[in-house]
Amino acid sequence: MTAPATVTHTLLARELRVDTATGHPVLKGVSYEIAPGEVLALVGESGSGKTTAGLAALGHFRRGLIHTGGGVSVQSDDGEPVSVLEVGDRQRRSLRGSTVAYIPQDPAASLNPALRIGKQIGEVLETHGYGASAAERSTRIAEVLGEVGLPDDEAYRRRYPHELSGGQQQRVGIAMAFACRPNVVVLDEPTTGLDVTTQTLVLRTISALTTEHDTAALYITHDLAVVATIAHRVAVLRRGEVVECGSTEEVLRAPAHAYTRELVTAVPHLDGTGATDTSGSGRSTPGSSTPGATESGAAGASAADMEVAGDAEHTPVLSVSGLSVAYGEHRVLRDVSLDVRAGECLMLLGESGSGKTTLSQCVAGLGLPHAGTVSVSGTPLAASTQRRTAEQLRSVQYVFQSPYSSLNPRKTIAQSVELPLRTLTDLDAAARRERVTETLERVRLDPALAGRLPDELSGGQRQRAAIARGLVTTPDVLLCDEVTSALDVSVQATIVDLLCELRRELGMAMLFVTHNIALARHVADRIAVLRGGEVVESGTVGEVLDSPSHEYTRELLANTPRM
Amino acid sequence: MFRLILRRLAISVAVLWLVTLLVFVATLLLPGDPARAILGQQATPERIAALNDQLGLDAPVWQRYLDWLGGVFTGDLGTSAASQGPVTELLGGRIGASLVLLVGAAVISTAGGLALGTWSALRRGRAVDHTVSGLSLVVAALPEFVIGVALIVLLSTTVLPVFPSVTLAPPGEPVWSRPIQLVLPILTLTLVVTPYITRMMRATMSEVLDSGYVEMARLKGIPERVVITRHAVPHAIGPVAQVIAIQLAWLAGGVVVVEFLFRYPGIGQALIDAVNNRDVEVVQAITLLIAGVYIVVNLIADIVGIMTNPKLRAEVAR
Amino acid sequence: MTATTTQPTLLRRALSLPQAKIGLTLTVVVVGVAVLGPWVGPWLTGHDTTGFAGKPFQPGGIAGTDGLGRDVFTRFLSGGLTLLVYAVLATALGLVLGAVLGMLAGYSGGRLDSLIMRGSDVLLSFPQLVFALLAIAMIGPEGWLLVLVIGVTHAPRVARVARQATVAVKDADFIRAARMYAMPRRRILLREVLPNITGPLMVELGLRLTYSIGYVASLSFLGLGIQPPTADWGLMINENRIALVVEPWGVLLPVLAIAVLTVGTNLITDSLASAASGTSNTGKPNTAKEASA
Repeated sequence: MTAPATVTHTLLARELRVDTATGHPVLKGVSYEIAPGEVLALVGESGSGKTTAGLAALGHFRRGLIHTGGGVSVQSDDGEPVSVLEVGDRQRRSLRGSTVAYIPQDPAASLNPALRIGKQIGEVLETHGYGASAAERSTRIAEVLGEVGLPDDEAYRRRYPHELSGGQQQRVGIAMAFACRPNVVVLDEPTTGLDVTTQTLVLRTISALTTEHDTAALYITHDLAVVATIAHRVAVLRRGEVVECGSTEEVLRAPAHAYTRELVTAVPHLDGTGATDTSGSGRSTPGSSTPGATESGAAGASAADMEVAGDAEHTPVLSVSGLSVAYGEHRVLRDVSLDVRAGECLMLLGESGSGKTTLSQCVAGLGLPHAGTVSVSGTPLAASTQRRTAEQLRSVQYVFQSPYSSLNPRKTIAQSVELPLRTLTDLDAAARRERVTETLERVRLDPALAGRLPDELSGGQRQRAAIARGLVTTPDVLLCDEVTSALDVSVQATIVDLLCELRRELGMAMLFVTHNIALARHVADRIAVLRGGEVVESGTVGEVLDSPSHEYTRELLANTPRM
Repeated sequence: MFRLILRRLAISVAVLWLVTLLVFVATLLLPGDPARAILGQQATPERIAALNDQLGLDAPVWQRYLDWLGGVFTGDLGTSAASQGPVTELLGGRIGASLVLLVGAAVISTAGGLALGTWSALRRGRAVDHTVSGLSLVVAALPEFVIGVALIVLLSTTVLPVFPSVTLAPPGEPVWSRPIQLVLPILTLTLVVTPYITRMMRATMSEVLDSGYVEMARLKGIPERVVITRHAVPHAIGPVAQVIAIQLAWLAGGVVVVEFLFRYPGIGQALIDAVNNRDVEVVQAITLLIAGVYIVVNLIADIVGIMTNPKLRAEVAR
Repeated sequence: MTATTTQPTLLRRALSLPQAKIGLTLTVVVVGVAVLGPWVGPWLTGHDTTGFAGKPFQPGGIAGTDGLGRDVFTRFLSGGLTLLVYAVLATALGLVLGAVLGMLAGYSGGRLDSLIMRGSDVLLSFPQLVFALLAIAMIGPEGWLLVLVIGVTHAPRVARVARQATVAVKDADFIRAARMYAMPRRRILLREVLPNITGPLMVELGLRLTYSIGYVASLSFLGLGIQPPTADWGLMINENRIALVVEPWGVLLPVLAIAVLTVGTNLITDSLASAASGTSNTGKPNTAKEASA
């Protein structure tokens, strides 16, 4: 006899509690249940315990984590619920891979680099006695590879993981998980690090497979836009607790918990709405205007403030023309030209490998020798910082992608922020100190934190400090290289807000390099779309988003998940 | 892959050549008149002249280097000033004796170190692991003569007088004719090297066991035994091979002290005698020999590393 | 992000580990004996290190006499200082030389890197002890030569570690930022790189000190290091080992002292390595004998 609840739910977690070895709680009683064919999204930011909650479904706890209470039951193949955490090792092992399967976040690290992919998929089948013969298993491998949209021929199966692209590796991971037709799959951020187009493909594959086989899926993610595309229900996890759970529609449209609201409003929207009500900050500025009026709206207050300067001298502050860079045979940039005027923000949009980082580094003077010119206020700059004047160095500043690596871990925040002043200006110590404090206040960072080491700050605080370092010399051009991508969603929004405000206050030109087109209306006036080292499309935000002229831009827009 | 191996080979040859240069240049450091330095203050002018002639010391430096290098290539390592015989003859039997020690210690310490390291890694955090780690840390710190003396006290003279503390074989008799005299020297060398191999194997295995693909293999429901043999161990081999090679090559140096301690008739003992006697050509020959062994063993390790790297291996398979 | 990443200094973290406390105690005891011994010894035993105290290899006094009838205990108390001084000097030489070369090679890359690393490959082809013997055979067992040759042979080994650590941080964004602010290379190395590779360098310091002690003692034991009639632990072992059965103290005391000292420094080194890698006992063991080779 089975309780009714277990019949309707393929996966049921009850009051899961997990502590670290040192007694710090990671999960404080997490419960969730998933029906056959249903996708439950488990949403949380870093440190929320979402991966731990997912791995518990397979009865696995990483080293240093101790299961202290609660249970998980899955419906086995004969329809009986099995308590994953209570059965013996042998039985648990027989469930893993056959009844409950796992799709990891980083396929590159999770596929054994020394084994051919066919072998790695075959291994699951063999272990769980799927199919009567080697030939039958081989047929199944081909079949499941076909299901995830990969070639199923012998030659492909003989490849090693490193011979595949990231998207292909992830699909091999999915094939491996679905090989034994499991009742439950746990997907741990399976699209992180993939381009949006690949992400769409992978999400479709997952949707199709779960629907077709009535598989219950636990989809772990931090990306609410992805949640909107794939999940039926959502559970929001925060510091080891589920703060809200409900249908995707309910949770995303009418979030009940304050934290969920914060997450939802932090998500950037392609159409620029939705993020308008963030606690009264100025984040609505460029993007909040109605879509029809985008052009003027996007230029917004900033352009209005800058009009005088902009009209006075029509020469752009930053001008890149005919820039080409090649690493040996490989041409990273081909004849790229861009202009950015004072007070304007140009979004340089590109996926990985588009050459966007190379471009921004050429501007900053960190790149390789290149053909073409980079000029600031009409003066051409040397390729290397070594041959630029202090004044030129001062005028172009760079904010790096990750605040975890851009600040010297052995220097205090004040020392790091002061660095450009020491090397590029003749200010004396007192003047420098004053300027540092002033700039920290400008980026809304408590000057009391100036004496701290980076390790003692949160990711958002560090990024503010890194921005302060860029601003301390009052540059004419600020380059922002994927400045939000290393941060949690809720922090991303505040950093974007800050940059918008600073641009308005200081009137500098900004080159905002990103892969995320959804940020366009929030930060930029104009967009340049970079693909394979070439600018395939450029124009005002309104033009590009509303009537994209290039096929690639249309594809990007179509594949960007929306809430 | 083959190009990589060839490149590595070329580097080894270049290093070996520089080593010969260094070994040769060292003789130029002999203070004052080398022949007098070798023969001492009481030497007669005739003997000095004869030695100068014999060493070719009147020729220019580069000429002497080429002559010496040519000799090395043709197996003529010069003449021992102390024994007045050819160096090759002096070393002939001793090389075999030293090799017995090296190979014995290498085999035991590699097998022991790998097993202990893996065992320890699989039981991370438990008592076994702490014991193995602690012991290896302590033993690894000890210079070889300290280990040797401790073994002599424990197993030869004082506590349990079982094994001889010195080599008993009379000159001319092969050392392996009395295996019991090999026990303590081999044991000493083994104890010197095993802790390092153990610690490296434990660390590498721990790292591999924490890797994404081992976790994935476990989450696929693969039996633990297969996880270890198929998914973990192969990845530990490359890095550990290099460490083992370095350890074994290191034995070539440690053997000097151990042979001296046990009065064992190998090349180490010969090197000490030669240094004491300022027998320059013997010192040159032995240091060159040891450096050569060292370079070859490291070369082999690097090739193993290249061959066990799936990325490089696959390039050949295609 | 754990909120508790506030990091006390590496040294403090290392010394909070129990094995470091044991190591420190052992080291301090032996260093204390070695440093105070030469002053206290004669006063304590009434003998000096070279004077005749009784018949050879006889019990009497605290630890009997040696083959020349000198008081073993007095000689033991005086026998550590020279060893210690040589070892510390050789370590310092090797560490400074190696760190400078390694940082330069790692940061500059290209031709300078190849030149430095190929050069050190040549030195790395000799076991350290064998290289020392080669030098001693040519020049003789001089004190300065021991320090020089052990220090110089440490250098390429330290350089490898320093280079690797430098390469790991040199492309970090904060170094790029410093380059963008046109900081000169010397200052980047000194101010940006060096503070971030102190972890591995501290580990090298401990490791090299342990080995230096071993090498100086080994050379003296071989009769090619510190020369008679100086009282020295390595030398004493060699002088007294023929009488191990009748008068073991002449061998056992110095062997124990060297053992305790090297175990002590190695325990501290391992704690530093654990603290530097952030985890206790899971980090790579500090470079294996690679190192000592």
